[in-house]
Amino acid sequence: MIQQGGVYGADSILLDLEDAVALNQKDAARILVRNMINVIDFYDSEVCVRVNHLSTPFGLSDLEAIVPLQPSAIRYPKTESAEEVAELLQIIEKIEDRHGLPHSKMTLHAMIETAMGVQNVFDIASKFDRVDAITIGGQDLTADMNIVYTPDGAGIDFARKRIVMAAKASHIDVIDTVFPDVNDEEGLRKETEYAKKIGFTGKAVINPRQIEIIHDVFTPTEEEIRKAYRIVKEFRANSAAGIGVFAIDGKMIDAPIVTRAEYILKLANVTVG
Amino acid sequence: MWAQVNQQLLTMKPKIAAQSGTFESSDVIFLIEPLPENSGRKLEMSSTVMQQFGENFKRIIVEMLDQYNMTDIHLIAKDKGALEPTIKARLETAIKRSLDEQEGTLK
Repeated sequence: MIQQGGVYGADSILLDLEDAVALNQKDAARILVRNMINVIDFYDSEVCVRVNHLSTPFGLSDLEAIVPLQPSAIRYPKTESAEEVAELLQIIEKIEDRHGLPHSKMTLHAMIETAMGVQNVFDIASKFDRVDAITIGGQDLTADMNIVYTPDGAGIDFARKRIVMAAKASHIDVIDTVFPDVNDEEGLRKETEYAKKIGFTGKAVINPRQIEIIHDVFTPTEEEIRKAYRIVKEFRANSAAGIGVFAIDGKMIDAPIVTRAEYILKLANVTVG
Repeated sequence: MWAQVNQQLLTMKPKIAAQSGTFESSDVIFLIEPLPENSGRKLEMSSTVMQQFGENFKRIIVEMLDQYNMTDIHLIAKDKGALEPTIKARLETAIKRSLDEQEGTLK
């Protein structure tokens, strides 16, 4: 599967050494990922590696094997506090020093999967330059809360919104949990639309079949792009003329609307000439 | 004389039977078992792409066994079109497991 990973058009590929790997296969997975990561062409997808938590017998071996290869990011599971992130970064930086690598290239994605993580998420998201995304792990979080994961996401709704707010306040990305039923496309679309509505910037998949729907939901429509382009263009023209607030088609355009329009153009990779 | 002694010291022999990889497409499975003293290497290699890439497959395995200086080893390899980094990863895993040198895993 690793060798075909890049062909599906995902924005990011997560090579997992944690929950997807049986406890007696950790060595095999680590060596395989280590061998493949810089050899396989993943095309435009960034490559992240989910390592095991440092409290397990596998976490340190994972970091020793993966950090020297400098994937786009290390994804750290069950992150619960800023102190834990500081300890992790210290270990990562020591490995980087040993290999003469900078401390700036590879970033960290903190997974929030426990009630304690949810409580401390703002500290985790805001205190470290290298943390450039946080994610929510729905299954582990519900397990930690001793509740059942339901398709309506009721049990993790507070956590979702708290994590989004922490990410927004920290100006970093925030990725929603996977939708576990690969056969329920309608359910996936509905959940992805909800995730987008409350502020997530992306959503994880567990099967390549889910990529298209998620891209479809998160990609701005042509109409949205056209409208955003017009707003930004007119804003610039009005600003140059010293006008702060103006109207398009009878609707007042002010700073927050311009900010949202700029975000849509950024997503669509469109520049206003 | 010294060279001979050093050579003997550096030689690695499997301590236990070990396995790695799978029978899945694009993967390879390796089985290793120890052989009695001074047996050398007994290699059984097969691949679904033996006709096209067999020589390369054999070369990778022999080079890696040389790298670890493995002897007194019975190795069975069944390949289903694995890429070179996969073959090397699976073999490294099998060798380390056979030497009882796995790190960061449960046995």
